[in-house]
Amino acid sequence: MSTIRVRAQESGGIVTVRALMSHPMETGTSKDAAGNLIPPHHIDVVTADVGDTNVMTAYWCVTISRNPFFQFQFAGKKGDELKLSWTDNKGGSDSVTATIG
Amino acid sequence: MTSTKRRVFLKGTLAAGTVGVAVGAGLLAPSKLLAAWPESAFKARGYEDTLRATVGTTDLPAGDIEISAPEIAENGMVVPVTVETGMSDVTEMALFVVENGSPLTSKYILGAGAVPMFATRIKMGQSSDVVAAVKSGDTWYSATREVKVTIGGCGG
Repeated sequence: MSTIRVRAQESGGIVTVRALMSHPMETGTSKDAAGNLIPPHHIDVVTADVGDTNVMTAYWCVTISRNPFFQFQFAGKKGDELKLSWTDNKGGSDSVTATIG
Repeated sequence: MTSTKRRVFLKGTLAAGTVGVAVGAGLLAPSKLLAAWPESAFKARGYEDTLRATVGTTDLPAGDIEISAPEIAENGMVVPVTVETGMSDVTEMALFVVENGSPLTSKYILGAGAVPMFATRIKMGQSSDVVAAVKSGDTWYSATREVKVTIGGCGG
């Protein structure tokens, strides 16, 4: 199952994207049950593309909350496919495509 | 957003669109974009050094920028923040928590047709000024809003 839930809705030529990503966003300052520091683990780049065109790039670090929420807007139209992708600092990644409604 | 503002920003984003086309044509490899993760800005400690590492100056004029955030956040682990601006020709935005050990929370590069706004949820270690910076044309502008935090959200 994808780690990303995304909705993209057009109104008046503007697409509003609301996305939730499942990710621990570990700060690197928390300790596990044995008292060991949990290393930082965070999404560092989020990209949103329609076709070959990038509409938004976000650079994130550990101070974005766990299971990040991200909302943004761009000029677009119904029926186009929006691809939302993330990568993290440990080489993890995921992406999902949603049809703009 | 009024239609006038929208027209202005659409005009302003044509330049950004050119970058998108360059990416699409394979002129810029995606890995190049990933490499742009601003490590020195995220690793910087203290607000002034972080600001300098992020936008190249500590002298930001006040901009037409609206920060929506709770006046009092009970849980510093999850503080919802929305940043919007009526300024034109916006290409980048950034969000700082002045009192966090690493003040830069996030930075945004607006692509083709992007509206200059974003919303996310951030961690705040303690009560602090939250600063939004917006690059309009060649100049970074900023706005500040205080958020009081009941229970801090960094570490522990």
